[in-house]
Amino acid sequence: MNRRGFLKTLGLAGATLTLPRTGKAAETETGTAPYGVLVDTTRCAGCNSCTYACAEANGLPEPEDPEAVTRPTTDQWTAVRGFETSKGEVFVKRQCMHCLEPACASACLTTAMKKTDDGPVVWREDKCMGCRFCMVSCPFSGPKFEYSSANPRIRKCVLCADRLREGAPPACVENCPEEALTFGRRDDLLRIAHKRIANAPDRYVDHIYGEREVGGTSWLYLAGVPFEELGFPTDVGETSYPSLTASFLYSVPMVLTLGPALMLGMAKAARRDENGEAASAAAIPPAVEDEEVRS
Amino acid sequence: MNQAGFASTARAVGARGLWRFLVSELKPKGPLLTAFNLISAPIIVAAAVILAIRFTKGLSSVTNLSQDVPWGLWIGFDVVTGVAFAGGAYVLTFLVYILRQERYHSIVRVTVLNGFLAYVFYAGALLFDLGRPWKVVNPIIGNSFGVSSVLFLVAWHFMLYMIAAFVEFSPAVAEWLGLRRARRALSALTLGAVIFGVTLSMLHQSGLGALYLMAKGKIHPLWYSEFIPLYFFVSSVFAGLSLVIFEGTISQRVFRNRISEDHRARHDDIVLGLSKICAGTMFAYVFLKVLDIVHGQKFGLLTTPMGQWYLVEMVAFVLVPLAVFTEAVRWRSQTLCKVGAALTLVGILLNRLNVTIIGFQWDIPVRYIPTVYEVVVTLGVVLAEIWVFRWVIYRMPVLSMPPTWAMDADAPPVAAPRAAA
Repeated sequence: MNRRGFLKTLGLAGATLTLPRTGKAAETETGTAPYGVLVDTTRCAGCNSCTYACAEANGLPEPEDPEAVTRPTTDQWTAVRGFETSKGEVFVKRQCMHCLEPACASACLTTAMKKTDDGPVVWREDKCMGCRFCMVSCPFSGPKFEYSSANPRIRKCVLCADRLREGAPPACVENCPEEALTFGRRDDLLRIAHKRIANAPDRYVDHIYGEREVGGTSWLYLAGVPFEELGFPTDVGETSYPSLTASFLYSVPMVLTLGPALMLGMAKAARRDENGEAASAAAIPPAVEDEEVRS
Repeated sequence: MNQAGFASTARAVGARGLWRFLVSELKPKGPLLTAFNLISAPIIVAAAVILAIRFTKGLSSVTNLSQDVPWGLWIGFDVVTGVAFAGGAYVLTFLVYILRQERYHSIVRVTVLNGFLAYVFYAGALLFDLGRPWKVVNPIIGNSFGVSSVLFLVAWHFMLYMIAAFVEFSPAVAEWLGLRRARRALSALTLGAVIFGVTLSMLHQSGLGALYLMAKGKIHPLWYSEFIPLYFFVSSVFAGLSLVIFEGTISQRVFRNRISEDHRARHDDIVLGLSKICAGTMFAYVFLKVLDIVHGQKFGLLTTPMGQWYLVEMVAFVLVPLAVFTEAVRWRSQTLCKVGAALTLVGILLNRLNVTIIGFQWDIPVRYIPTVYEVVVTLGVVLAEIWVFRWVIYRMPVLSMPPTWAMDADAPPVAAPRAAA
């Protein structure tokens, strides 16, 4: 609670600076905004403490050589990678972004992938049938699949959902010695991030990755160099991924109701023509069916 | 044993006779040691062995699938391409039962059978690709309805369409078994099944394309478009009909002695009619594709290597077959119709693989190339389908005329008014 109070004070301080604020942030000021993590890549020293803490908290095998792992894997849900940039080497911790409107969860036909109210996107073993549509859909290629198992699972960062329920921050945040990771409500984190940019415009590019990308993500990133240089996909757009299939899905009930009605009509029309032809050729009065239609 | 002959025996000896008949029908009817059998049987066996390994050691033991490319040949070819090729069934049932284009009637059964088996085998091949296939009932039984998922829609539609296609085909089964009353009941369901089946087909043919809408940024922009569903639907019309033409050409030779006179006599006329529909829908398709290039301002991409590959697909395998079909109709040339159909099938294969495999994650360092095992399993699925197809053709009245009792039963509603005249 102290932490939250502190963050709120910070947030208010940020607000008084009349920073640009999105409508979305204003809606989520009620304090029920999902949890998230702010990553300040200008602070990260690439020590991989987060990687070890993650493995321990989630029962994953202890990382042998985390520096060699540049992308998250099935056994290592977070990976720190160094990038040579215009401002020297910059370390970036990557993991599932925990989108506000996750493509994976909307893609999942069994609801195995689920966005929880608290923010984490979690995977539920008893529901998943292993189709990997979540992997096809995820703009960040977050979910990883155990290809070498006969009983494969989808593996990815779950934002330490169990720890969150007990009121503890994610293991990686708790073990970051450089305070590069900040845990909190997403709207509070955005205010902190904007304030950091405002206070040190030379240190940061004026962009919080994840604020608007794919409709917003729970993990937010600050950087001193443009995000292209740090391996972030910058072509993902600002609309949520589920909205890409929304118009198709809306058309489904329409086709399902109109299609059969139209076709039934067409079938009837085609059949009546046939009868009509036969009737006129034989020069007999129109069939009863036709009269009924006319009246 | 001929159809009418069996029908009378079945009635005479009842259920035990039916059982004995079914057992006897399971036995092969032709020579076993044909070239086709000698080639296909080892492939099917090899595919079964590979699948046994896949289910004990995981997908990586036999496939080249990766974290970047989660769907490979088994989805891109078996499911996505196979279902497009199976589109002939819904187009023909629409022509015959809704628009009442009676001249296509003689090929409806074989086309529906082909469509039904394609769904059973190709959509069934989806099970090989599922990591946890024992959970496949989850989206069906109601404890986990992912209604926001396009795949949920596609899965349900596959299942429902298989039922609709089977109902459409079922009178042939009833005729084979000599079940007159069942045939009458099942025939009455045909129009309903057709309407249901066409609606479902429109939605899942386009749905297969909609699966890739969220792969925006992963698919090369020349193939990614918000109109993928529309492209998949429109192209399924000429894909399906081209397969009907292609399959008809082969059936005319292979099953020569099973084909009725009526069927043979109408075949040329049918092929020309289908070619005309192919040309029309292909023209619409080209127009829609050009719209995407113009509106998406993708002209610049056409000069890149992927752009040239795109032009190969669009020019050699869409525009050329479109021209061939047009000429074929003008000169009433059967040969040109068949050439057009063959080129179209290659074009559809290319298009579906370009969206699902070749253009998918086209810019990653390690590209996906299927293993020889994936190819063998795919071949095994196709060949197994042909085995079952052949088994049915040799037993049920599909290419041949229905038994006389069935034709008599159909006669009154059509013949009566004319008889009165």
